[in-house]
Amino acid sequence: MTDHGLMYIGAGLAAIGVGAAALGVGNVFGSFLEGALRNPSAADGQQGRLFIGFAAAELLGLIAFVVAILILFVVK
Amino acid sequence: MAGDINPMEQFEVGHLIDLKLFGYDVSFTNSALFMVVVFVLLAVFMAGGLKRQLIPGRWQVAAEGAVSFIDSMVNVNIGKGGKKFAPYMFSLFFFILFANLVGVLPLAIIPHLHTFAVTSHITVTAVLAFFSFGIVLAVGFWKHGLKFFSLFVPHGAPLVLLPVIVPVELISFLVRPFSLGLRLFVAMTAGHILLEVFGSFAVQGLNAGLSGSPIGFVVWIGSFLMILGVSALELLVCAIQAYVFALLTSLYLHDAVHLH
Repeated sequence: MTDHGLMYIGAGLAAIGVGAAALGVGNVFGSFLEGALRNPSAADGQQGRLFIGFAAAELLGLIAFVVAILILFVVK
Repeated sequence: MAGDINPMEQFEVGHLIDLKLFGYDVSFTNSALFMVVVFVLLAVFMAGGLKRQLIPGRWQVAAEGAVSFIDSMVNVNIGKGGKKFAPYMFSLFFFILFANLVGVLPLAIIPHLHTFAVTSHITVTAVLAFFSFGIVLAVGFWKHGLKFFSLFVPHGAPLVLLPVIVPVELISFLVRPFSLGLRLFVAMTAGHILLEVFGSFAVQGLNAGLSGSPIGFVVWIGSFLMILGVSALELLVCAIQAYVFALLTSLYLHDAVHLH
């Protein structure tokens, strides 16, 4: 197997992190919806926190994406 | 390799007008052109809404809605003393939102007209993030002086834990501008690469179908449906990323103004 092939395998492995972030983002919105349906009147006040949680979970997935892109296009 | 289509080509910055200033390259690029386009769109949108009629028309309602949206975000997240940051937050949110939306406009069906996503470059988003971080630092030190450093000591933390907590808080504070800029840049870049990849699948599938393999048409239609879905998702991401950027900036400003 060439170094080039290993590089693609590494980029693919790095992309697994994006899927993990998908679990996180789904968990954030799912839990919010669960709480919001139990007490809809309190839901609007918590939207800021919802998006902070979303941003934190998403950032980690995006970093995995950055690693994959770095492996593919930057590392020679 | 994936045909002749390079998914990174759409992010290339090219010179439109060559300019040199003191030996530095300050050429007018396609990135700068689209920043000007975003600025003009935003200026026209606001100028059209500033009619101050007693019974507002649709345009004025849209502009007033935009202002009151930012106003309520500032009031809720910064609280007392946040009003004076509203103009900055407004410029930040709507510049990012318009830049994101201009970037995904499907104008490439007109030959030689490629919209350029300004926010898909870390040079742009990092400058925006450093602006926000710089304002947080300036406001914090202006209002509280050296007491601003008490930001790193949470209320009610036991003294024994301070040697651990303070470095962690310091690192999380210093990482803020990078995470702020990186999030917007990567989210936009990822969406555009995804659209480009499905676009190349559609083109190659159609070519394969026309040259005699029927499965090519299946790939073409599937990819085209995916482009539609991803475009809709991208519109949502454009709005969410602009909102998250503005929201996090206002939360950091809350820290600077009120120290927890």
